[in-house]
Amino acid sequence: MCVEWESALFLFSSSVLSLEALVINDPDFQHEDLNFLSRSQRYEQAIRKSSLMVLKLREYGITDPDEIYWFKRICLGNFPEPFGLHFSMFQKTLETQTTDAQKEKWLPLIIGTYAQTEMGHGTHLRGLETTATYDPATQEFILNSPTVTSIKWWPGGLGKTSNHAIVLAQLYTQGQCKGLHAFIVPIRQLGTHEPLPGITVGDIGPKFGYDEMDNGYLKMDNFRIPRENMLMKYAQVEPDGTYVKPLSDKLTYGTMVFIRSLIVGDSARSLSRACTIAIRYSAVRHQSELKPGEPEPQILDYQTQQYKLFPLLATAYAFHFVGAYIKDTYHRISGDIHEGDLSELPELHALTAGLKAFTSWTANAGIEECRMACGGHGYSRCSGIPDIYVTFTPSCTYEGENTVMMLQTARFLVKSYTQVSSGQQVTGMVSYLNDLSRQRIQPQHVAARSVAVRINDPVSLVEAYKARAARLVEAAAKNLQAELNHRKSKEDAWNRTSVDLVRASEAHCHYVIVKLFTAKLAEISNAAVRAVLTELCLLYALYGISKNTGDFLQAGILTDAQITQVNQRVKELLAIIRPNAVALVDSFDFHDVHLGSVLGRYDGNVYENMFEWAKKSPLNKTEVHESFHKHLKPMQSKL
Amino acid sequence: MALMETGKYSQGSLLGSVNPDLASERQTASFSVEKLTAWLDGGTEHTRLRRAVVEAIECDPVFSRENQYFESQNERYEAAVRKAVHLQKKMDEMGWTENGPEFKALSGDLAFLLHRIFTRSISMLGSDQQIAKWIPLATQYQLIGSYAQTELGHGTYLQGLETTAVFDITTQEFVLNTPNISAMKWWPGDMGRSATHTVVFAQLYVNGKCYGLHPFIVQIRSLQDHSLCPGITAGDIGPKMNFEHIDNGYLMLQNVRVPRENMLSKFCEVQPDGTYVRRGSQKINYFTMTTVRISLILDEVVIPLMKACTIAIRYSVVRRQSKLKPGEQEAKILDYQTQQEKLLPQLAAAYAFYFISDYLQELFDRGYREIQRKNFDMLPELHAFSSGFKAMVTQYSTSAVEICLRACGGHGYSLLSGLPSLYTKIVASCIYEGENTILFLQTARFLIKCFMAASTGQPVPPSVTYLAAVTPEKCPAKNKLDFLSPDIYTEAYQHMAARLINSTAAKLQDLVQSGVKKHDAWNQCTVQLAQAAKAHCHYITVKNFAETVEKLETQPGIQKIMKHLCDLFALHGIFSNAGVFLHDGYISGAQMDMVTASYLDLLAVIRKDAVPLVDAFDFTDKTLNSALGSYDGQVYQRLYEWAQKSPTNKQISPAYERYLKPLLHKTLSKL
Repeated sequence: MCVEWESALFLFSSSVLSLEALVINDPDFQHEDLNFLSRSQRYEQAIRKSSLMVLKLREYGITDPDEIYWFKRICLGNFPEPFGLHFSMFQKTLETQTTDAQKEKWLPLIIGTYAQTEMGHGTHLRGLETTATYDPATQEFILNSPTVTSIKWWPGGLGKTSNHAIVLAQLYTQGQCKGLHAFIVPIRQLGTHEPLPGITVGDIGPKFGYDEMDNGYLKMDNFRIPRENMLMKYAQVEPDGTYVKPLSDKLTYGTMVFIRSLIVGDSARSLSRACTIAIRYSAVRHQSELKPGEPEPQILDYQTQQYKLFPLLATAYAFHFVGAYIKDTYHRISGDIHEGDLSELPELHALTAGLKAFTSWTANAGIEECRMACGGHGYSRCSGIPDIYVTFTPSCTYEGENTVMMLQTARFLVKSYTQVSSGQQVTGMVSYLNDLSRQRIQPQHVAARSVAVRINDPVSLVEAYKARAARLVEAAAKNLQAELNHRKSKEDAWNRTSVDLVRASEAHCHYVIVKLFTAKLAEISNAAVRAVLTELCLLYALYGISKNTGDFLQAGILTDAQITQVNQRVKELLAIIRPNAVALVDSFDFHDVHLGSVLGRYDGNVYENMFEWAKKSPLNKTEVHESFHKHLKPMQSKL
Repeated sequence: MALMETGKYSQGSLLGSVNPDLASERQTASFSVEKLTAWLDGGTEHTRLRRAVVEAIECDPVFSRENQYFESQNERYEAAVRKAVHLQKKMDEMGWTENGPEFKALSGDLAFLLHRIFTRSISMLGSDQQIAKWIPLATQYQLIGSYAQTELGHGTYLQGLETTAVFDITTQEFVLNTPNISAMKWWPGDMGRSATHTVVFAQLYVNGKCYGLHPFIVQIRSLQDHSLCPGITAGDIGPKMNFEHIDNGYLMLQNVRVPRENMLSKFCEVQPDGTYVRRGSQKINYFTMTTVRISLILDEVVIPLMKACTIAIRYSVVRRQSKLKPGEQEAKILDYQTQQEKLLPQLAAAYAFYFISDYLQELFDRGYREIQRKNFDMLPELHAFSSGFKAMVTQYSTSAVEICLRACGGHGYSLLSGLPSLYTKIVASCIYEGENTILFLQTARFLIKCFMAASTGQPVPPSVTYLAAVTPEKCPAKNKLDFLSPDIYTEAYQHMAARLINSTAAKLQDLVQSGVKKHDAWNQCTVQLAQAAKAHCHYITVKNFAETVEKLETQPGIQKIMKHLCDLFALHGIFSNAGVFLHDGYISGAQMDMVTASYLDLLAVIRKDAVPLVDAFDFTDKTLNSALGSYDGQVYQRLYEWAQKSPTNKQISPAYERYLKPLLHKTLSKL
């Protein structure tokens, strides 16, 4: 298949590729292998690169948001940057929620961050405890962190880098709590960078990953800021303390949808990188024997290895298409949003919540699977996969904890189901629920359908996934109703059904992904590319069935015999995809610098380069380690 | 939180009083924690001894792990060496032994673990003279040993190792060489910086003939100044996901000569004239490997899983989030069904694996006694057991620890939670001492063989007689309570395992009969074979758990809660692998709904005892080394105080002066 065409299909535009060359060839962006640096050193490197990047953006005159996004990705490789929140949340919030006067005052001066999460509260925003009390006498807000749990905790760039933060706090005015609002709070002295009096700020210490990021804590003790520092585009506090309500808070949905769509894209990208490394390495590594007397085969020739990696490869492709779909849909309807038409937003919001969770969970497990498929060498930092994993895994938690996200989707599904039950029609991705009412009239319908599934036809498999989703949504909704009938409170009933509800959401998301992947096939004009992607799509759908056979059997969507066929077909597809496996990861078109892996090198010269890499390890700086003189020698002489 | 009601939380320590959210969990325990602990330890006397040892070690500041998460690779290596040396001194003082409980109490971060393997391999593989010569040197630490088997290009497949040892009859020496880059020894612990000697596995050549892999003692560093010996290239292989404290190393040999006596020769010897002599059975070598696999299950896998459960469950009753009922206080996150469904099955698994490790240990002790009597009959079964269970327990527990980590949300991601280190350590166990997929396939080979034998009426080892047993076609359960009967679910597991082995064997036979070559047929069935082996181990684990519970009748208080955990472990397995139980209709769709209902009911039951059940593991705070999992539950205060000690808060970063200031000024000057 044509690799270059493929990469042009869905990943990069040509301008991105030239940006990449610009950065990779720029000597200013070179640095020592990050694996050998301490956390402080990694932080310093990140700051150096971020600062440089800001200056270079100006130098090259890059202003297009997409180009800025790619330029940043390329500059920073895959590592987080301490300025990340400055660019995303801080500036975005300032742009959307400030008056023009505020914008002029704040935008150019500062490095900011966005301080929302507290030690005791994350996803449940209403529980945040930080207070901002208005004092009309001085026309100031007084900010306080009243408890240990209220200390701001986790914001990126807060620990060491930022001099300002947008702080989310419960607003009190005229003795009443008005809920969460955003305030611009200076935290460090301009010029000296020392914390201001009343501010306690620092780094939260080492983490699983994100070494270069100074995630921070912030404690405020009677810290006063002028009234103008409240972001007042929507809600306002007048000089006398009168509170003016905002018009609508649904608008924040838009930002959330956008950020979660980025995570779906990130799931695809991170999994693609891990697949690239594992599949290339599996073609280089030889081990054991398949046939007595023959040379050791590439480990990619073992069925078990293919079974670990190819479904993930198919998943990576599937997620690319899903990410693109959400982004497109968001852009399509964001025009409507600006004109006040929010009708499509609830479904998109519900769908992206679930897809964020589904894709990040799957990619999280998939990256580890890829790493383990590389055996012992996958465990070395030189494989690059440990870094991909530790950088990616928090996305299961941030921007909405995954289980909570799944339950948000479930709420929408149950609501849709209830609408259908009461005779209304629903539209969009949940429209399959409309069929349920018809099935109730014909009880034999579901069983009769089972023979109709054609396991070599993606369109037919979409129907199978649809039937599974419908069945699980219905089961969850019925269980919820049964709990309610036991005179449980609404909340109790919901809690006691939540495992079922999460399963229903997962099935719904799975259906959406298979559907989008299948739909994509029709758009591919190149026959060879379409053929190989059809195989991947089939593998994705069939593998999903074989991992969830219980759902399909129990609902009578597939028979025992069909399940056996599905399992068999999955293995046949592995052999069919095998010859294209390396080409399929080459199509992702990751530059070696961007991949950051000795095992995944494009040229496959793995062992020589592992040796070269190891020689640079900090423990090898001297031939005899200082521990010998300090500990070993004295011990031997004493014994 | 009540802790905060005082309003004072500045820098003074509030640590000491127990968080009321955690205290209340302990008041409602349905059983005596102390009794459960004693039972797990094997008696109150064992508990007392274990606690005394832990106390002795933890009150010694040299063994402190408080700064572990802040240290660089270099610092951790140095600390590990310092601790190992100190331990040696302490052992002499206290009269502790190598195999005593003290080692376990240290919970890692020691150097010289491979030194112990070095010593053990000499005792197992060396002749009496070799043992007399080397063991005293090693125990006195006159030398530091390592064990060099794995190469850059080869791990599990030992025959593929490429290092050579050629016998030179004129000098009576072996000449060792690394013929190419993939033959470089890679990964051995203690070898990168510490070791002076190592046992090298190499292909033996005498008079041009290859005799396969043999072990040789090779000196790699000077005993005087620790510099590398001539012909040796060695160093550290660089940073890894964990084990930063261990100097995993590489080793290249160029015409390194060792005397003839350095080949470990209990079983094989090259005589002065070059005659190769084999004596006794090499099967015993297998036994060494199998014992290592069995002993790692408890120390490297089950204990870390218990720690992870302790941390995640204690944190989940301290953490409050959202409201379950309007107007009430925010709920403990462990009160959410989804959180219970994440954590409680992992807790049940920790108990299940603790019991299976006990069972295996007993089996191996019995096997060892037989082997000493030169009876090797049990070896194939022991080998299959050690491979399959090592693979299943490591794989299951690794994912369990990861679930615990993610169940702690953002704070789980902090190293101070202790969970990332537990995860990155346990995950390595899926690879070392045999890659899991390969191990499952070894067990599968044994199972297929036994199945063939059983179906032709030949005798098979006791653990697999079920393959020939006749079981009912359908599960007899009538309602959800029936699924709380161990007979019902154990039989379901047995049926499922037998079916998977049976159908895979049939598939293999079909392929061979249709003309596919044997090895191709094997490769085409490997996905199924691995699944069958896993099912077998899962079945034995469930069965053993049920039998363990049965034996507890003298302790009804404990038996009751253990029964709940056993039910949960079994039903969780059916719930999460529904397809294989439904497949041939053994369990019907309606019965699967009963399984799900019983399973979800159990979550709520075990929820009440969740904290006492982890308290019973009896880990000290220092052992856990976690801000989230401490006994007193003062999570937030601990996080806050500990984070302030981070080097990033103590050292001045040059980043501001060097980069941020110029950047800001440039912006300012443009205005």
